Amino acid sequence: MSQMQQESARKQAVADDRPGAGPEVHGPRRAKSSKTAPTHDGIPVRTISWKTRLRRDRQMILMMVPGVLFLALFFYLPILGNVIAFQDYQPFLGITGSDWVGLQNFVDLYFNPDFWVALRNTIVLAVWQLVLFFPVPLGLALIVDSLISTKIRRWFQSLVYLPHFLSWVLVIALFQQVLGGAGLVNNTLRDMGLDTIPFMTNPDTFPLLATIQLVWKDAGWAMIIFLASLAAIDGSLYEAAAADGAGRWRRMWHITLPGLRSIIVLLLILRIGDILSVGFEQFLLQHDAVGAGAAEVLDTFTYFAGVVGGGWSIGAAAGLAKGVVGALLIYAANKVAHKMGEPGIFQKKVG
Amino acid sequence: MTTTLHERRAVKRRSKGLTFNPGRPVWKEPASPFYNAVKGVIIGGISLSILIPILLVVATSLADDKQLIAAGGYVLWPTHPTFAAYHEIFSSDFMFRALGVSAFITAVGTALALFITITLAYATSRPVMFGRPVLLLVLFTLLFAPGLIPMFLMVKQLGLLNTVWSLILPGTFAAFNFVVMRSFFMNIPTELIEAARIDGASDFMILRRIVLPLSKAVVAVVGLFYAVGFWNAFFNAMLYINDQTLYPVQLVLRNFVVQGGSMADAIGVTSAPPPQSLQMAIVVIALLPILIVYPFLQKHFNKGVITGAIKG
Repeated sequence: MSQMQQESARKQAVADDRPGAGPEVHGPRRAKSSKTAPTHDGIPVRTISWKTRLRRDRQMILMMVPGVLFLALFFYLPILGNVIAFQDYQPFLGITGSDWVGLQNFVDLYFNPDFWVALRNTIVLAVWQLVLFFPVPLGLALIVDSLISTKIRRWFQSLVYLPHFLSWVLVIALFQQVLGGAGLVNNTLRDMGLDTIPFMTNPDTFPLLATIQLVWKDAGWAMIIFLASLAAIDGSLYEAAAADGAGRWRRMWHITLPGLRSIIVLLLILRIGDILSVGFEQFLLQHDAVGAGAAEVLDTFTYFAGVVGGGWSIGAAAGLAKGVVGALLIYAANKVAHKMGEPGIFQKKVG
Repeated sequence: MTTTLHERRAVKRRSKGLTFNPGRPVWKEPASPFYNAVKGVIIGGISLSILIPILLVVATSLADDKQLIAAGGYVLWPTHPTFAAYHEIFSSDFMFRALGVSAFITAVGTALALFITITLAYATSRPVMFGRPVLLLVLFTLLFAPGLIPMFLMVKQLGLLNTVWSLILPGTFAAFNFVVMRSFFMNIPTELIEAARIDGASDFMILRRIVLPLSKAVVAVVGLFYAVGFWNAFFNAMLYINDQTLYPVQLVLRNFVVQGGSMADAIGVTSAPPPQSLQMAIVVIALLPILIVYPFLQKHFNKGVITGAIKG
């Protein structure tokens, strides 16, 4: 036991001192000294017994307790709860009392047309988001970066970050007030004697509406990561290019875009890996207004089939299938990103 | 790194005590009126698309009956501003209770979440025993989610259904915030911590006296993320709460504004302000706290707290 602990401690010490060792850190990093076994060129020169380490690190270990407790209660135990996907779960019988049905729930899912509608809608929405949402933050960042007045720049940034912090309920409420059947635009149309346009309730145009809502809410915030990459481009490159006679478009094509290439590729790959998650509250809130045919996505399917409809096991099966496929996709996307020499998963979300 | 003329100019200006505005670098061609116009239209259009809906709800909530009817339901500027709608909403304790629930889950939730995140992020940011395996436990959460139904069953199992704790506890940790926090802690020079240790400080004391005072910006930003998350959460309430007296503001907003439910049942409204104003007043009540805290916290966004973490 103690031998094993020492061994792993040594490995950990080695891993900690190697630059860019963990999946979460990239680039050189300050060598951690003296708290673990000191190492030279990755080779431990001295080891400390695990008892000493335990005594020395006891406060740090104590600090991990609340977080680990949280993870156990609200992450790892619920993961075990997914076993009901393989049961005919009855709330009054509980997990231990319900019958095991093997893969029956997944077979039912396969023959359930609603599930396929939800899957289709999810993928359609993901494609819309990829085409219409993805380029917007990039374009915005290029415009903001080109602003010379720091005042306008700061003011504009503050304004476009704001909608990210509004809840989906609020965003949908605001959209209703402007575009809804009794909203500002339709009121004006009616006053002018024109026909009203059912922006908020037409299932055919719903993917477009949903994407516009997403752009309104999050495009500004998503810009932040592009702005950071733009700021990291060496300014002297632009000066040199200008001296060689490159105009603004040539500079953008030959300096700016290559400078952003890696971040664009990375975000794109990770978005594709995350294709089964298109959002949840946004679609749940508009489920009634446009109908399940357009607004049902995998997550809302899980909710309506499971919690509302009482088909706990079917819902859990849908959720589990989505979770597993989603995890595999994210993992694969991350691998692709690594293969292309880009850092990994943490660029997935910007807040 | 070579400095450009334009950077040198900026440094000179700053040394003269002028505000940092580098202006147009010499090598850049003068702005063309055409591009400026295009940029102006885009920036103006986007700004208006954000400002107008907000102005619309604020103005409509304050508009009086007569103007509202004349304008057909919406106004962009109240000619005779009145707080009648707010009066009405706060005439029963329904909205007070919702605000109280939201304020409670936001305050307690954020405090708890910051505590969990800070301690875990600090402990795993240093090479200590169990640091690696615990880190892997957290990183796995980025890959996979337990799913809605198992979460529901867990909350039910813990006996939290229909209590405010069901709105607080499941949200007290987010791996993304953990990553932001941890990468900030990892950039704190080890020497500082070593020095404190030699002076006899315990790990708790180092965290409180050395690390946290250096991390105000990241604590502010992560705290904001958590607070906004708690204030904005509506689905958890829909899932876990049946009891109307425990509804947070977002659920009230959803039931009465998005779903268009009748407020008369809840508040006992008889007449007075038109329903439009009432609805808008609820929107404003949900919006206002965000608008109030936002300016204080948004100044941290550009300091690289978030992007620093993202770039590793």
